[in-house]
Amino acid sequence: MELLVSAPARNPRWLALYAALVFAFLYAPILVLIVYSFNGGGVGGFPPHDFTLSWYRVLLGDGAMWSSVLNSLTVALAAMAISLLLGIPAALALDRASFPGKAAFRRLVLLPLILPGIITGLSLLMLFVGMGLHLSLLTITLGHGTALISVAATDIFAGLQKLDRAQEEASLDLGANYWQTFWRVTLPNLRLPIIGAALLIFTLSMDEIAVSFFLIGRDNTLPLEIWSRLRRGMTPEINAISTVIFVFSLAAILLWYRLRARPEGQPELGAELVETAAAN
Amino acid sequence: MFSRAYKTAVTVPPLLWVTVFLLVPYALLFCYSFWSVTPAQTIAHHWNLGNYRELLRVRVYFETLLRSMWIAARVMLFALLLGYPLAYYLSFHAGARKDLLYQLVIIPLWVSYLVRAYAWKTILGSDGVLNTLLQYVHLTRHPAEFLLYSPFAVVLTLTHIYTPFAFLPIYASLEHIPRNLVEASHDLGASPLQTFWRVILPLSIPGVLAGATFAFVLSLGDFLAPLLLGGPSGIMISNIVVSLFGAAYNWPLGAAISLCMLLLVVSLLFLSERLEKKWSYS
Repeated sequence: MELLVSAPARNPRWLALYAALVFAFLYAPILVLIVYSFNGGGVGGFPPHDFTLSWYRVLLGDGAMWSSVLNSLTVALAAMAISLLLGIPAALALDRASFPGKAAFRRLVLLPLILPGIITGLSLLMLFVGMGLHLSLLTITLGHGTALISVAATDIFAGLQKLDRAQEEASLDLGANYWQTFWRVTLPNLRLPIIGAALLIFTLSMDEIAVSFFLIGRDNTLPLEIWSRLRRGMTPEINAISTVIFVFSLAAILLWYRLRARPEGQPELGAELVETAAAN
Repeated sequence: MFSRAYKTAVTVPPLLWVTVFLLVPYALLFCYSFWSVTPAQTIAHHWNLGNYRELLRVRVYFETLLRSMWIAARVMLFALLLGYPLAYYLSFHAGARKDLLYQLVIIPLWVSYLVRAYAWKTILGSDGVLNTLLQYVHLTRHPAEFLLYSPFAVVLTLTHIYTPFAFLPIYASLEHIPRNLVEASHDLGASPLQTFWRVILPLSIPGVLAGATFAFVLSLGDFLAPLLLGGPSGIMISNIVVSLFGAAYNWPLGAAISLCMLLLVVSLLFLSERLEKKWSYS
């Protein structure tokens, strides 16, 4: 901290002002969104007038919207399971095994996060059509689960790098087999990166639209339901559901900070991922 | 310390899965781009370069690609212009509020992409928040129509969405700069501006490159913001792909465009990686 204070000669006012303006730019649309969800006069028009909760009442009675929320929750949970079930062994493999094509595997896994979503979406569409699978929530789940393996693999790989191998060694020496060691030593030590990855995968899947756009069957996920309504016209009900989701996302972030008991040295949510993606 | 069986058990399942659900699909995209559509709307599986010839022949494809790159380049520029000073302020001048401010940059990322694009639509429309605000304070008398359904709206929205993505790697690279280097520069008599220009900026180039690549690549392939806010003049290359996979039903041509896009993106990533290595000091 001392270094930080002593190094820069002074705190330039204009820089602080500029930073404040950037924050204003980042938050203005979100603020507008929330304010107008209570606006009796519709989505536009300044100043907002006629404070009302009626858009939330409309939302509450909107069966199609809630069933899309349910679909999205199902997809996100299942995608989370797929990504973790494959991402955990993938991280172990990257940390501990050497196999031909390891570098290529690493890059391939990261591709869906770096490529425009449309490319991954189309490619998966071609696969599923080729396999004769009907497009449904299942195909979306497979798409999300696959695209997000990298999130689990990256976070857990970073956790493994910090893990003290001596513990696992001791467990093996004391007669535990690999499975027991994994279950009782490795996994508990990776608790935080796994929870962090799970939260991130869940949120990314809930919000995903580019891949889902091509893999959609009869049932909509929430972003696709919102999309189909936007095409018909704008209603403050969209503001209302957005506000509800925003509040839940904030709750998820706060939950993550409560879980992340140690304040020092722990990676920020998603920071590992950004750094790995940037380095690849 | 880990047996062969252990290594096989952790390697094979993810490898198989990723092969089936990623490698094969991307390979299919490649194959499709060399196939064609018959008049009876089925896919003819004989290999030819027809789609690529079509891309060279019809000007609108190339023009749209150029327009998309121009939009993406502007988004990249604005995201850097907003993201870099913000990251610099947080890293060097925010003091005790640093962590809180960092979280404040991250939080907008948790608001749905679609919802943020929609929010801009409600702001920019001719009876939207901005126009009615301007009229309310008597700055204008008639709504400014150019705000919505234009490349401007797309650039503004994508900048809003991707500024945090540009911010993150820049901030990480600034945080990794050893503070004693900065101090040494001050002690040796450099002014704050000289220190920034000769020490901090060069050391943060890898982060700038990563942030610039994110912003460019992510906005290049976008198709929802143009549909929602772009209007006819804001159409981007992915919108053409979407229509080829929808109503126009020409998957092979769509695949050829996607493959060009993929090659462009991958070579950009490769280039930026090379440059990052060149500029990294460790």
